[in-house]
Amino acid sequence: MAVKTYQAGVKEYRETYWEPDYPVSDTDILACFKVTPQPGVPREEAAAAVAAESSTGTWTTVWTDLLTDLDHYKGRAYRIEDVPGDDESFYAFIAYPIDLFEPGSVVNVFTSLVGNVFGFKALRALRLEDVRFPIAYVNTCNGPPHGIQVERDKLDKYGRPLLGCTIKPKLGLSAKNYGRAVYECLRGGLDFTKDDENVNSQPFMHWRQRFDFVMEAIHKAEQETGERKGHYLNVTAPTPDEMFKRAEYAKELGAPIIMHDYITGGFCANTGLAQWCKDNGLLLHIHRAMHAVLDRHPKHGIHFRVLTKILRLSGGDHLHTGTVVGKLEGDRQATLGWIDLLREPYVKEDRSRGIFFDQDWGYMPGAFAVASGGIHVWHMPALVTIFGDDAVLQFGGGTLGHPWGNAAGAAANRVALEACVKARNEGREIEKEGKEILTEAAKSSPELKAAMETWKEIKFEFDTVDKLDVAHK
Amino acid sequence: MSEVRDYPSRITDPNSRKLGTFSYLPQMSDDEIRKQIEYIISKGWNPAIEHTEPEHAFGHYWYMWKLPMFGETDVDRIMAEVDACMRANPGHHVRLIGYDNYRQTQGANMVVYKAPIDTSKTC
Repeated sequence: MAVKTYQAGVKEYRETYWEPDYPVSDTDILACFKVTPQPGVPREEAAAAVAAESSTGTWTTVWTDLLTDLDHYKGRAYRIEDVPGDDESFYAFIAYPIDLFEPGSVVNVFTSLVGNVFGFKALRALRLEDVRFPIAYVNTCNGPPHGIQVERDKLDKYGRPLLGCTIKPKLGLSAKNYGRAVYECLRGGLDFTKDDENVNSQPFMHWRQRFDFVMEAIHKAEQETGERKGHYLNVTAPTPDEMFKRAEYAKELGAPIIMHDYITGGFCANTGLAQWCKDNGLLLHIHRAMHAVLDRHPKHGIHFRVLTKILRLSGGDHLHTGTVVGKLEGDRQATLGWIDLLREPYVKEDRSRGIFFDQDWGYMPGAFAVASGGIHVWHMPALVTIFGDDAVLQFGGGTLGHPWGNAAGAAANRVALEACVKARNEGREIEKEGKEILTEAAKSSPELKAAMETWKEIKFEFDTVDKLDVAHK
Repeated sequence: MSEVRDYPSRITDPNSRKLGTFSYLPQMSDDEIRKQIEYIISKGWNPAIEHTEPEHAFGHYWYMWKLPMFGETDVDRIMAEVDACMRANPGHHVRLIGYDNYRQTQGANMVVYKAPIDTSKTC
């Protein structure tokens, strides 16, 4: 049988869309795709096809092409690189002119970049690895409603990561019992509690009753501890109208923070809600349900560093980023990369962290990284080292599973956190000396001592599925 | 596993109030406070001291002791100001701040003296 050769549509994409000499403009949106072509498709042709199908191209020439300046509007594949340790895939770099996209709309940008092209037959798989947003585009987006500094000022909490907890069981509690669990966590020393992402408005607990009881819990815990407290009231809803209705009621009750799921809820709803939060002074916590469907496969989908950029542009004051050390997937270097993209004003290209482009955020605020899932007091030294201060560390089972209850679990986490921060400030290597630091702190905290006895054996040591690309030969 | 213990925090007990970072740890010794001051200096932050009557600790603004010590890097001098603030304001809580003027925030903010409150009198 003869070697199969590629005949996409009726024309060679590379004639139009492959421009290795293209001088990238400061205002271009740049994308790096990992392309896995069908056998027999040359790299330049595959790269050009991605550029075409994610911008102006269609399968055939049409006469109306000649009524515009396609040379200006087209995306261009301008570079091809080997993927380290991988012979079948390659990186394709594509530049898009900024006026190909509606200002301030991640919806529009990604409808192009990850639209039809992902089903394109000439490709076996396609992954969007990174996107460079020019500052000219960044400045058209809302961004985080408040950002890290403003949130710290509002809450009067500085010099340490914040502490949270997702209330469990995730489904089935009545609103009043749920409020009890919230109150116990907050009086014990947590800064926040959180609705589970699945908690919207189910028959066992309608949203309005949940909001009422949770707010009573917050008020009492604030009175009792003298510290500011919050609970992420999940306003993710079936329709935007319903979402805003819940957000308005949270505001009416004086809630400091609400929550949204930005992928299942949608970028349009999220961007609207973020703007509403900015206008109304409520902080916005963002959960990322469905992200692993998009970002986990190393050869197909959208990398989480891109989803992070989408959220920062669309708007949110917190974003779940994985823990590195807990029960959920996450390579350490790659996680450090997207944490930087979420929080820092300027991030340099750094392939050791999977970052393909310099990214300038200008004056757009950064958001808190949220580490949540399968973590407990023994992880605290590693978490403080990995995440630094601008993070929310969320212990669900690690608070509620304490043998003396939520308040004691919360106090144990707070003591462990403060002990690690204090030791770090003293110049100690807290990951190495973690055991001594926690053991010393437990001498004055029976709650921490009991927590350390409860969880000492738990570890999660599965290898990550999606690793950074490094040479294997 | 040990017996379940009650969590002893009460609205009626003013000693149950917490004061932000490090208020869940035992009171720091002078030596420990000096190390935190060294940390603030090493970050290039500007040290500052604030204090308050315990019953007014919830507000965003405590009393500022003099002015922030812009550019001060002498641990002894900063320690001396902490002492002076405490002596001049008996019964007040005292906190140490590191102003990060580049990021427009407080890089550090920690309680260095939690005044004991006698609950037998009033609250």
